[in-house]
Amino acid sequence: MKLTGAEILCESLTKLGVRHIFGYPGGAILPVYDALGKSKLHHILVRHEQGATHMADGYARASGGVGVAMATSGPGATNMVTGIATAMLDSSPVVCITGQVSSKLLGSDAFQEIDITGITMPITKHNVVVSRAEDIARTVREAFLIANSGRPGPVLVDITKDAQQASCDFNWEASTPKLPPKRQRINYEPADFERAVELLNNAKRPLILAGHGIMVSGAMRVFDQFVHAGNLPVAMTLLGIGCFPASDPLNLGMMGMHGEAWVNHAIQEADLLIAVGMRFDDRVTGDLRTYAKEARKIHIEIDRSEINKNVKVDAALIGDAREVLEQLLPRLEHRERGDWLGHIRELKGDSAVKDIQGLPDNGHLYAAHVINDLWKETRGEAIVVTDVGQHQMWEAQYYHHNQPRTLVTSGGLGTMGFALPAAIGAKFAKPESDVWVVVGDGGFQMTMCELATIVQEKIKINIAIINNGFLGMVRQWQEFFYDKRYVATPLVAPDFAALANAFGIRGERITSRADVTPTIRSARESSESVLIDFRVEQEDSVYPMVPAGGALHEMIRRPDSPLVETATEP
Amino acid sequence: MQTLVAYVENKPGVLNRVASLARRLAINIDSLTVGPTENEEIARMTIVAHTDEKGAHRLEASLEKLVDVLLAENISERSLLERDLALIKVSADQQSRPHLMELIKVFRARVIDVAPESLILEVSGTVDKIDGLLEVLRPFGVLEMARTGRIAMTRGSDLLRPPGAPSNGSETEPVGKAS
Repeated sequence: MKLTGAEILCESLTKLGVRHIFGYPGGAILPVYDALGKSKLHHILVRHEQGATHMADGYARASGGVGVAMATSGPGATNMVTGIATAMLDSSPVVCITGQVSSKLLGSDAFQEIDITGITMPITKHNVVVSRAEDIARTVREAFLIANSGRPGPVLVDITKDAQQASCDFNWEASTPKLPPKRQRINYEPADFERAVELLNNAKRPLILAGHGIMVSGAMRVFDQFVHAGNLPVAMTLLGIGCFPASDPLNLGMMGMHGEAWVNHAIQEADLLIAVGMRFDDRVTGDLRTYAKEARKIHIEIDRSEINKNVKVDAALIGDAREVLEQLLPRLEHRERGDWLGHIRELKGDSAVKDIQGLPDNGHLYAAHVINDLWKETRGEAIVVTDVGQHQMWEAQYYHHNQPRTLVTSGGLGTMGFALPAAIGAKFAKPESDVWVVVGDGGFQMTMCELATIVQEKIKINIAIINNGFLGMVRQWQEFFYDKRYVATPLVAPDFAALANAFGIRGERITSRADVTPTIRSARESSESVLIDFRVEQEDSVYPMVPAGGALHEMIRRPDSPLVETATEP
Repeated sequence: MQTLVAYVENKPGVLNRVASLARRLAINIDSLTVGPTENEEIARMTIVAHTDEKGAHRLEASLEKLVDVLLAENISERSLLERDLALIKVSADQQSRPHLMELIKVFRARVIDVAPESLILEVSGTVDKIDGLLEVLRPFGVLEMARTGRIAMTRGSDLLRPPGAPSNGSETEPVGKAS
């Protein structure tokens, strides 16, 4: 059967199980769009190609499958760069397909020609130029295989226009991936395994550091068994949130720069850390010289290049988290750990009294209240997609996720503008789920054009803007470390509710705490998308905070009156 | 200085990926040689890098993450042979020529081109040996030099073969024969 390269691409994507493509057309990808029109694939027209990559990323994170983004050559492709890097840093399986000028024009600086494989080399897991129709099916299959195997990541396939237009025989069965034969390494020696078992069973103050890798490997069930079999307390990385229920008494919460004090103290006092599918990022460790000095370390990690990268470990078990945990589980012995767990409870009790949640309504609206009310009203069951900054940390602290893949957030790259488009992707992946965007007034303005995508696609997404009139996290750093010199952080925004209306979306503005829950409820009950502009305290800060490069146990704690002057009675 | 060997796909862009990775890790490459293997689809690289053991581990593990890299191995701590090859064009007039020929003999270099005013020498060996020859040639006037950079191989039965290749010697490839 003879098909054009463009038709082969659409056929191949269909056979790979793709249903949605997030993209934006242009000259060098037009043959593919023509073929898309004849296929059963649902193309979502974005407003900016960065949005397409975030949508594909959000789709991948919410579903566990591969998200697909598409763009034309030149500026279409370069607009994808931020989204690709976001997916790379958070190990998200995204396949980007870009059009390219015809192969005879390559290297001639033709109109909208850019070396996108050169540009994206360090931010993709792999990328490739295809200049023959015959190679399209195999290459796309390889791209999907690479993107979603091992440690996942983005793959870019750049297809020249002549390859899209040329015709050739299409034989799916014959187009099997032909990846180079890799050396099979022994993941770990039996001695490493035995050492890990010994450390586990002899530890007095063990603590698990649970990361994104648990979700990626689908290890949630065995992880749960492992935790309870060993009676092991668990601290979460930002991207690990959801892999183990927040409601479980052994779940201490998030660690790191904005982790609760008891979590970071527990890390510093532990005699054994069991790191699972996490990479000791600097936002998690703080100063490495003072990090967990008391603790031996076991590192369960699929990526060999992460071993001993930041933190030297005593036993490295390289491999898929699920497989390694399955092997360890039968050897793990139960311990009561009364002293250790009791000690952590004491640490927690000390911090909890300063928690903002306990304060009565004093007429001020705080972001933490909004997040907490959102959690309560959605019963913790929504898919929350956040942007980057203060609201992101408040979400991680006050929205308690019990299910995997219900928090979608840009961790590694910290990409502002991620939330709105990523939520659109998440909604297509999980159409039955209640999807909430939690976003600051700064990040929202970076990609708010995608409101039009929501309207055009007639999808239902709720948007909570945590609007404090500042680039809040940067302002907080200026407050703490630059003597409150607020340079370039006060931020003018449009009337977001009116803006939503202009797009054809219902908009609300909330300034008092009493209105928070009813408005969230009404948004949930509405069949259409709703945007809520929460006008929160302008100079509120995220506590606790470990200053960048500081020791993990030396946190800036919540002030005794946590809301500073504004919290006191007038 | 750390020495790594990598087997890679013999196709366009792979050298760029390897070099780009070293750049990203802020590792300075002292020399990188690449050439075909007995399998034309696979090339072998020898990478000599300014880094410590930890850096070499990261480079090795990160290289193996590249789809086009079949194998990467830090062989710095293994028993190995390293060779560099240089072509050196040196000034040589009637007077200096006999003295030059003496040095060439001592260093087991070869004269591969003779011109009225100069000679081209070919010398292979360790980096130290070539540097040593260069040192003594300098007073005569080194006009031009080209060096290959190091290639390296582990000794004896310590084989480093691309994945998919037979792990012991095959009929097409006698092993253990001294040259």
